[in-house]
Amino acid sequence: MTRRIFIVSAALAAALTMGVASAQQVLINAGGATFPYPMYSKWFDEYHKKFSNIAINYASIGSGGGIAQVTAGTVDFGASDGPMTDMQLKDFQDKRGSAILHFPTVLGAVVPTYNIPGVTGSLNFTAEALAGIFLGKITKWDDPELTKANPGIKLPSNNIVVVHRSDGSGTTYVWVDYLSKISKEWETKVGKATSVNWPVGLGGKGNEGVSGSVQQTANSVGYVELIYAVQNKMTYGKVKNVAGEFVQASLASVTAAAAGMKDMPEDFRVSITNAPGKGVYPISSFTWLLIPSKIADPAKKKAIKDFLTWMLADGQKMTEALSYAQLPKAVVAKEVKTIDKIQ
Amino acid sequence: MSVTAPNVFDARPSGRVSAFLRRLRSGDEIAYVVTLTCALTILAITALLVFELYANSGQARHKFGWSFLTTSTWDPVVEQFGALPFIYGTVVTSALALLLGIPLGVGAAIFLAELAPTRISNALTFLIELLAAVPSVIFGLLGIFILVPALISLEPAIRAVLGWTPLFSGPFYGVSMLSAGVVLSVMIVPFIISISREVILAVPTEQREGALALGATKWETTWDVVIPFARKGIMGSIFLALARSLGETMAVTMVIGNEPKIHQSLFAPGYSIAAIIANEFAEAPGELYRGALIELGLVLFGLTIVINGLARMLVVSTTKKGAS
Repeated sequence: MTRRIFIVSAALAAALTMGVASAQQVLINAGGATFPYPMYSKWFDEYHKKFSNIAINYASIGSGGGIAQVTAGTVDFGASDGPMTDMQLKDFQDKRGSAILHFPTVLGAVVPTYNIPGVTGSLNFTAEALAGIFLGKITKWDDPELTKANPGIKLPSNNIVVVHRSDGSGTTYVWVDYLSKISKEWETKVGKATSVNWPVGLGGKGNEGVSGSVQQTANSVGYVELIYAVQNKMTYGKVKNVAGEFVQASLASVTAAAAGMKDMPEDFRVSITNAPGKGVYPISSFTWLLIPSKIADPAKKKAIKDFLTWMLADGQKMTEALSYAQLPKAVVAKEVKTIDKIQ
Repeated sequence: MSVTAPNVFDARPSGRVSAFLRRLRSGDEIAYVVTLTCALTILAITALLVFELYANSGQARHKFGWSFLTTSTWDPVVEQFGALPFIYGTVVTSALALLLGIPLGVGAAIFLAELAPTRISNALTFLIELLAAVPSVIFGLLGIFILVPALISLEPAIRAVLGWTPLFSGPFYGVSMLSAGVVLSVMIVPFIISISREVILAVPTEQREGALALGATKWETTWDVVIPFARKGIMGSIFLALARSLGETMAVTMVIGNEPKIHQSLFAPGYSIAAIIANEFAEAPGELYRGALIELGLVLFGLTIVINGLARMLVVSTTKKGAS
């Protein structure tokens, strides 16, 4: 009997607390980029543990989807690996009557990965070598542009097989954004987008498709996200930066790329590929949250602003465990001020 | 119950209303309405699908017109789109899949239905039907990590035997239209086996007994009597297999190489319609780009209708020739 009373009262108590909680429950919908998804899902989970009444539901549907959905108003905020274009911002302004604020969250990088029988160490790539290979101009591994940068490594006289991403992706965007900056020919012939018309090469679906093809095809070269390369213990090349050093991508050298941007624009819409400075890995990029500047629901507004504040403080400490590079302090300070613009 | 019910009604003066009520009570009318609704729902879904594809691809259709079907450039940066390489890749890989899959599938179905002991036949069929439930991404992963390396090691042998044809020339990187065709054939075989076996089993025993009584051997009975009898059902299984291979996405994109160019050689990479839609749709900004991808969906729909129509015409013409 006492046991039954206990159960009933426990159930009552549970029902009561649920009732209280649901009274101030805030459910926020978000969606977009897949690259930072592991980080975001960790953050949203930790934040929910801390404030159980706030649940942020994130769908990793891709950056294009994130921009489309935030513009259509079907999510409370979006996320993208590439900043929104002026046209997309105007479109948002027309449809929703407010602006979009870009908040950088973490940094990522894209690295060249290769499979050359007999070569095990980390190769050095100059900007000219990467552009030449992906334009189909440099076709053999013992091309002078490559041998010059790799003294002491014997490169074979085999044809290079290029592998790129076949799916539209922020990774591709960062890679071709870099190639467009360092090669006029790339900029005019190919350009930059999440998918491009590749001059040469095979397409692999996703990071796993590219790395699978590279591993199985002798004399091939491709590109993958730094995190994917680190987690799968792949060998990847060093890339020559503006200061003339060959730099291996690492959390520190990627953060340095963001810190190297002296003239950070007010809206954070900036590409940090080929950034100046010492120790900078040149194929790095921000990934952004896209927050509407006007949020009608006061509870949602407060929750989103609180989350951003937390993400820029405690959240940044969780990045390295998941192999994401954290934001430089100057950028964090600037973002904290931007939070006030949300009305 | 159902036997006695009509008698009760028969005693009453008959009229249209009571006849209707009678049939309603015995279930005929209800069954008619319910099944009609089901059939119309399917039609409505198909019509809606075509309408949506048509409506959402408006901008792309307007801009490129029929040249969409005949040009080969796919450049999202300058928004120039042509579907020809994708149509070519889809047709070639599906044809290859059928070429490999039909003999394998029909052969296995004949063995399971006619020659194997029932127990073994049932066990094997169960396993084969399990194969049909494997998600296609698994086939794709097996394709890229096992089939592609296997094909690379088989390449010298293939080249030695078939290298003289343009179909097996040029460099081979593993990912290719050949690999896609082989993966597809593995995926469609369970459909062919499972349905063909059922159809062959459904051939009346009298047909077999008659042939045997006329002095035919077991194999002659199977090949000359049972298979022609079951031909329509076997063709049905092949149509289903074809539809599956035309629309397959994940497994194809992982092994085809995803290069939107037309190569004669099966060793070369290619691209299929379903693969590019899956690859680029999620990250396609802009109405024209998205419209072009949706138009590709419309093209695939049309392609399926055309190929199915041609195949059906082929069946009709061969049936007439061999009609008894």
